[in-house]
Formats: sequence, structure tokens, C-alpha cells
Amino acid sequence: MTIFRRRLQETGKELSFEAARMALDQAGMEIGDINAVVHGTAPDAFDGVHMKGEYLLDGSGGARKPYMRVYTGGGTGVFSAIAGYWHVASGLADVALVVNEEKMSSCQPHPQSVFAHIWDPILDRPLKPNLVWIFAMEMNRYMTVNKIPYEDIARVAVKNKRNAAGHPCAQLADPDITLDDVMNSELMAWPVRRLDISPPSDGAAAVVLASEDIVRKRKLRDQAAWIKGVGWCIDSTMWTDRDLVFPEYVARAAKMAYRQAKIGNPRREIDFAEPYDPFDYKELHHLEGLGLAERGKAGLMTREGVTERDGDLPVCPSGGLLGVGNPIAATLGIKIGELYWQLTGQAGKRQIPNEVRTGVCQAWGDLMQYGSVVVMGT
Amino acid sequence: MTARVDRWPGVELGPKDIEGRVVTSVRYRPAAKFAWSAGEAMSRFLAELQRGRLIARQCNTCRRILFPPRMFCEECYRPTDAWVYVRDTGTIETYSVSYLDTDARRITEPIFVGVVSIDGASPRMGIMHYFGEVTKEEIRIGMPVQAKWRPAEDRVGSVLDIEYFRPVREGGR
Repeated sequence: MTIFRRRLQETGKELSFEAARMALDQAGMEIGDINAVVHGTAPDAFDGVHMKGEYLLDGSGGARKPYMRVYTGGGTGVFSAIAGYWHVASGLADVALVVNEEKMSSCQPHPQSVFAHIWDPILDRPLKPNLVWIFAMEMNRYMTVNKIPYEDIARVAVKNKRNAAGHPCAQLADPDITLDDVMNSELMAWPVRRLDISPPSDGAAAVVLASEDIVRKRKLRDQAAWIKGVGWCIDSTMWTDRDLVFPEYVARAAKMAYRQAKIGNPRREIDFAEPYDPFDYKELHHLEGLGLAERGKAGLMTREGVTERDGDLPVCPSGGLLGVGNPIAATLGIKIGELYWQLTGQAGKRQIPNEVRTGVCQAWGDLMQYGSVVVMGT
Repeated sequence: MTARVDRWPGVELGPKDIEGRVVTSVRYRPAAKFAWSAGEAMSRFLAELQRGRLIARQCNTCRRILFPPRMFCEECYRPTDAWVYVRDTGTIETYSVSYLDTDARRITEPIFVGVVSIDGASPRMGIMHYFGEVTKEEIRIGMPVQAKWRPAEDRVGSVLDIEYFRPVREGGR
């Protein structure tokens, strides 16, 4: 994975190449060993290039190979790995390369202006919505209905930005950040404050997925982690007809992944989690959707320290999107990537002190409606 | 790997490096224009808005009154059956007080925005809209509100034919 920053000099193709080359190097492979390539990247409008999948394919190593671009909004960060998994699990490929890239800085003056084009042109766009509004509306409903104090939500931002201090790619790591810093940061759209939000970022990440056979033949077992279960689900686009208090689509995606991974009691059987945290309340919302917290209780778990790196259920030990950055699809590197590094004991300063054998990661996107979930194990 | 890798690629740029052409860059401004046919459900919905009314569609299988209206029920996956007028009153399901405009520029006079579920439609079915004649101290989830319509001659068949939703006061709906 590349560093995540507000602006990087490299093009999207160059970033894709850098990330993919690193993944190949670690797996001890060359592009000729790869049977299929999956590229994940978010709205074309950020780059200003339609058919972005084709635009980026040379950088991703896709030329003259079975290649596809996948896009499920913010859910792409985990979903592209699910698409890569299909290739290998189906037996159509022995080795698949998954490369995710995002370059949000190209869009001037701020990527926010092209987010306007994701809304319904008849019902929503005349109101000139800002993307932060939907998070503010969802956060308000979540915290009000469940009576969660704002400070329990703000604690997530503190934890993740501190966790990110051990991440070599982090954009917004801050080992000294305090709860007051978050709670007193600039009010953007009540109840959302500036430090509740992950930043727009440039970056890329890649992962090599191989069959058991290849792992055995190439003696990669000591550095491999296994995909145990995958799930994905999308809810209706009529978002003003849904109760935003609970992410039903995440719960369904998680159920699908847990069934495959033979996990009956996620809270007991999962050792750590990397839920999608573009906003601090989303980590809590998603922990509930993933069945790792009771409904309305994820804030309390955070306050009690359960989700700290040395807690009973470490959550976002990577530093998450809040700390490492939010180059939408490239968050692959802090969701799938962190599961891989933690499970293989390669997370360095971020390594969870307790032994971890099973982790779950999740991404979220589109109009508050998409959940993608992957369970990985040793 | 994070422990073993010594080089993480990427060259960070500062805020002025592209704007101020410190690094080599090229520029482009797209001129894309669109005109959407509003389709069956939305054409009627917009026409009714211009008349000062809100309309929904009923599904006879799940018995839901679907608002905003659609010609098919996404749950039963069959055509909806009838047009049904709903009221112009409702309940605030959620809201935000925004100090950001559509381009993420800071504004000092906040925008009150949220979701209103509409009376007469199935539970929680509503639309996003603005709120007005309310302070940030007063506004709350569960607050009953009513549409403030623009004068008939100013309506054009748009969700903006409702200027905003305002609290129902003195005697209610």
C-alpha cells in the first residue's frame, strides 16, 4: 500500500502500480504468475475520467488478462477482495491480484462538488445536498434513538487517530489527541464536527489472493492468512423510507459471511474487527450491524475500553479511515490489509498484544445502503 | 509486512502545489449537460406538487402506501396498484443543522435539513427537505411539521414548490 495523503504527486496508474508491485514482491510473484486482476475504484468523477477501470488497468497489471473493475461505492474497499475471492474460490484462477486506487485530489476545488452527482436528480438534487448531511442525519437518528452521548461517539475518533500513530501510511495520526479536541472541533453539520470525519485522500493498496494449492506449492503458508467467509448486501435506494438507526444491510452481509465461516457467536469467536469508520459513529453503527455489539451499546463498549488495541475486542487497530485516511476504494489497505497483517503477526507497532486468530472487516457505501464483509483467519 | 517494509511509496504535495503550478499539471473543465425525463411516477408526483398536493402509490399485496411514489413495489416486486393522496403534514425522523453548503464551503446562517415522514403514507416513508421557522434549540426528532408551500403562481413542479417544512403549532394538524 502507498502512503495515504490529501494530495499525492503520482497518477492513479502510478499509485496502482506501486501498490500492486509491493504485493507481488511480498508474495514472491511476478505479473506472469497472476491469472486474473480485479480493480476497485470509486466514482469516475473524482478522476474526471470515465471508464476509469480501463484507464487504470495498465497500472494494475491487468493488460492481456481476465480483468474487471468493481465499484460498490465506499463498499469497494472490501468488496473488490470478495470479487477477487470468487475468481480463486471458483477455480477459474489460481492467483488473483486485487488492486484498489483512489485519487480524490484531482477534483477541484474539493471532491465534495462531484459527490453532488450521486443524489437522485428529481427528489434530492434540487435541495443542493452536501454529502456530510446524510451522515449527520444518520448519526443524529442513531444517537438520539439509542440515547448515546456524543462523547461516546467522539471517543472512536480519539482511539482511531491514536491507533494510527503506529501506521507508516497514516495521514491523520495523532498520538496526543484528546476527547476535548474532537468535541470542540469545528461544527460542520450538527451533530458532525470536523474531527468526526475522515479526510479525502489519495492512495492505493493491493492484495494477492491464492488458492490453497499455490500457497502449499510455493511454501507461503507462514505468511498467509485465509479468507473464511464473504458476504455482501445492498438495501433500497429509497433511503428516506428506511429507518437509519440500524444498518440492516450490514447485518445481512455479516450473516452471510459468518454462515460460510461457521461462526455462530461472533462476539465470542471473533478476536478483532476492522469495521468501516469514515465517520466515528459509523464504527459503532457497524459494530452493531456486525453483531459484535448489542443494538445501541457499541458506544458503551467504546467508553469501557473494550475496543482499544489491548481491549477484549480490538476495533480498528490500523487507525481506521479516521486515522490512516479515506481514499475510498484504497481503504482495502486498512481493512483487508490490517486483517492480513494482524493475523500473520506483521503489524509491527500496531500488533494486538493478545493472540488473534479470527478477524472481520467491513466496508460501507452508496447512499447509506451497502455492506461488504470478509472474515479472515489463521 | 508493515514491520519489514522500509519504503512506503507516494510523494506528498502541499495545498498550493497544483493550484500554484509548482508541479506539472494539466487542467480540464467538463461541460456535461443533462435533461432527465421524469418518468411515470415522478411526472405525476411533480405535477401534484405544482397543485399543492402530495401523492403516493399503493401496493395491494403488502398494503403499503409508497412515498415517494413508484410504479413498482421493490418488496413484492410487482406493479403498484393505485394513486393515493397523502397529507402535507408529517414528522421529523432526523435532521441536521448544517454549516456547510453544497460545495463544502462554510456558511454562517445554517441550513436546517432532514427527513420528514409523511402522514398518510406507510410508517417512516418520507422525503428529504428543509426545515424553517424553527430554531436549533427547538428542532427535535419526532416534531410534527407541515409543508410551507410557495404561492401557486411560483410553483414549477419541483420538490422546491415546498419551501420548507415548519413546526405545527397552536392546535396542531
